[in-house]
Amino acid sequence: MKVRITVNGLATEREVAPRTLLAHYLRDELGLTGTHVGCDTSSCGACTVLLDGDAVKSCTVLAAQADGSEVTTVEGLAAAGPLSALQASFWEAHGLQCGFCTPGMLMAASQLLSRTPAPSDAEIRRGLEGNLCRCTGYENIVKAVRLAAGKGA
Amino acid sequence: MASAIGQRLKRREDPRLITGSATYTDDIRLPGMLQAVFVRSPHAHARIAGVDAAAARSVPGVVAVFTHADLADHWQAPLPCAWGAYPMLKNPPHWPLAKDFARHVGEAVAVVIADGRAAAEDAAQLVRVSYEPRPAVLDLDAAVAPGSPKVHADLADNVSFTFDHKTDGVDAAFAKAAHVVRHRLRQQRLVPNAIEPRAIVADYRRADGMLTVWSSTQIPHLLKIFAAGLLGLPEPRVRVIAPEVGGGFGSKLQVYPEEIAAMAAAIRLGRPVRWTMDRREEFLATHHGREGVFDVSAAFAADGQMTGMRVDWLADMGAYNMLNGPYVPILGFLVLPGPYRNRELEAHIRGVFTNKTPTDAYRGAGRPEATYLLERLMDLAAAEMGIEPTEIRRRNLIRPDEIPFTSATGLTYDAGDFPATLDQSLKALDYVELRRQQAARREAGGKLLGIGFSTYIEACGLAPSRATAGSYYGAHLYESAVVRVQQSGAVTVITGSSPQGQGHETTLSQIVADRMGIPMEAIEVMHGDTALSPIGLGTYGSRSLVVGGMAVVQACDRVQAKMRQIAAHRLECRPEDVAFGDGRLYVQGAPAHGMAFADVAATANLGSHAGMPDGMEPGLEATAYFSPENFSYPAGTHACVVEVDPATGRVEIIRYLAIDDVGVVVNPLVAEGQVHGGVVQAIAQALFEDLPYDASGQPLGASLMEYAVPTALDVPAIESQFFVTKSPSNALGVKGIGETGTIAGTPAVVNAVVDALAHLGVRDIDMPLTPPRVWRAIRDAQGGRPA
Repeated sequence: MKVRITVNGLATEREVAPRTLLAHYLRDELGLTGTHVGCDTSSCGACTVLLDGDAVKSCTVLAAQADGSEVTTVEGLAAAGPLSALQASFWEAHGLQCGFCTPGMLMAASQLLSRTPAPSDAEIRRGLEGNLCRCTGYENIVKAVRLAAGKGA
Repeated sequence: MASAIGQRLKRREDPRLITGSATYTDDIRLPGMLQAVFVRSPHAHARIAGVDAAAARSVPGVVAVFTHADLADHWQAPLPCAWGAYPMLKNPPHWPLAKDFARHVGEAVAVVIADGRAAAEDAAQLVRVSYEPRPAVLDLDAAVAPGSPKVHADLADNVSFTFDHKTDGVDAAFAKAAHVVRHRLRQQRLVPNAIEPRAIVADYRRADGMLTVWSSTQIPHLLKIFAAGLLGLPEPRVRVIAPEVGGGFGSKLQVYPEEIAAMAAAIRLGRPVRWTMDRREEFLATHHGREGVFDVSAAFAADGQMTGMRVDWLADMGAYNMLNGPYVPILGFLVLPGPYRNRELEAHIRGVFTNKTPTDAYRGAGRPEATYLLERLMDLAAAEMGIEPTEIRRRNLIRPDEIPFTSATGLTYDAGDFPATLDQSLKALDYVELRRQQAARREAGGKLLGIGFSTYIEACGLAPSRATAGSYYGAHLYESAVVRVQQSGAVTVITGSSPQGQGHETTLSQIVADRMGIPMEAIEVMHGDTALSPIGLGTYGSRSLVVGGMAVVQACDRVQAKMRQIAAHRLECRPEDVAFGDGRLYVQGAPAHGMAFADVAATANLGSHAGMPDGMEPGLEATAYFSPENFSYPAGTHACVVEVDPATGRVEIIRYLAIDDVGVVVNPLVAEGQVHGGVVQAIAQALFEDLPYDASGQPLGASLMEYAVPTALDVPAIESQFFVTKSPSNALGVKGIGETGTIAGTPAVVNAVVDALAHLGVRDIDMPLTPPRVWRAIRDAQGGRPA
């Protein structure tokens, strides 16, 4: 079947099997491998992308469901300049170690800050509850999001 | 110029990781690449009577279905165990694909290779394996009881290995004891769950027999060496690359069945083969950590001094001995005496085969088990003897004036001030006030307060060659480094360590910048490719800085010695008078008299060799191998404060404070990150994670929907402070930091929960301390009445 998805501002169109997941559409069809697949049960959140502004786990969304939608991935976060304020904050606060969960964390945090521009630490933790990190203990991720909020990200 | 060591520098790795431009194994695409999917045993123990793959082979896109028999010509030996030479170890063969018997749920029985993952998954469902189920061996006590069914029919019993140690005075210590504490403690089964699923791409070029492998491994060189041996390939014809690796925690310190099977399939088919596991396979086929049963007792003098300890340890190996599986309890054994003065120890360790996923190193590897039993024992003794828990520790902690101290297991603790870390902890906590609040809460009813401690020591920086040689361990655990100063003065560092997120590129650059007096930007650290470094032992055991960093120091020293000679020749001074700093080499005491670092580099590379002393070889490169003389000994005090709701059994950590002496801290930002992550894994073991099996050997809760890897909401803010005594065993003074959190943290949390409930008569609770378990412990202690 044919799907048309606008990804990071660019129109894409591919003929895919109906069971193709959005995560695989991004990774295999478009070569956007920044979106990672860490589980298959929408538990870990590594595959989180924005679908029409909502953070979704792209391993449990069919590409067909995203037909006609706009998707933002980690590759599209820094619209102007090399890094967005959120990405720069993750770097500054050491909000990542192995980096595998990071794209999903960034996308979830990006939604959180768009909805709650000045979150408390408890709100940050709740906002990132759907994303697992095994390296950082979350401490510096929370710091990074707080830092980004301070910069008006 | 300020030293780069000790600076809180942002990591050099991060720009590629935060933009989605890093390349992990699953991101690699090769022309003609095929996908592998494994057919796994649904039984804990079964004879494989036959495999019918006809239907699977007919699925469009399927290229091949292989069983053990199909690929047996490719593998010349079973998968490796590094402790195979130990005379008390039985090492039954473990093949990449099961031969005749499947011995745990999830053991790979066949592999389907297709032109896409979907086709391979579909076909795997159609492979018909005829199984004849056999009784499953699951419980450790039952497994070692006479008459138990056996995991390996050819062996006499289910004991993988035995290890015994007894000091001369231990019987006398127990005979004379004023008090003896006895208890049975358990470690549950943990699943490492690095967020990057394990993956491999194997590419075999038939024309010249070159096998190139990308793997999410912690040990590219060891994988290369073993793959060449197992597959009968010339070593130079195998190249293993560990690209970006997404977490490991020991789980990628392995030579996995799937890796060898994918390589064999690529060789057979002459096309690249990729395998990326799904999360369920992490639960079934990635090695697990820790399960064990410990019968422990300790003798105490009336003043609370421990005078002897006995440990009977049943360690669950699962179905096979993995690369380091049987050696994990030995690492634990080494630190059984902890930071305490007691020199009398009797340890009896048995590795036990069960029909469960094999176990091996998981962050801390044996040392969390040892520290847990010791720190729980200390609290049990404190409670029974009526001594305050921090006081009984203080009476037993080795004082600085007793160091160097030779422990009951033969380790020489060479630095540290253990009581000082306890003092720092009590002060930071305002301990007296906490105890007052605890009493007030108990008076008031409602949520209870508990305070738990763990004063720990660990042995890391694996490992002194002397220690491994004496233990029958099959490798010297040194590390290599290459330092190359290029024409422009830029420096390439190639380390044999192979990171999974630890930040080697940053911290090793800091070391080189410090020694060579050049900016960080002039240094490039490369790793994870067997074609780059001569050999590498890898990243695990908190060894990358202590051993790998020291190899870099040694290589720097050699290159710098040559640079000194060149500079001395030009500056007309003695080489020993040449100093490095601010991007220059200059005469010590006369900084104006010098030359640019880059000039020396150019002279030795493309520049006029007339500028070099007569007869000197061109080039500026050195290779070094560093082998430590002693373990390094991180130590410290972890403290945890919890609130427990006796009505629901729910535990909330309201404060967690880690005081760690890890020696010199090269980059506090990175070091704190290691503490945070390790402590959360410790909390996860204490409160959340467990993979139990049912009576037929099926793992219960083998997915992230059920197995409770903590989220940001489940864990508290972690406070990390450092207390520094330099390690005298290496020139950097570093001790290692990767595992302090999991080693120290778990007992601190459990001690805190038990402390909160002590007045209700609760003495111990088996991990994980979930609300139902805590609630039941209260009810049982109260004679069946809920609190």
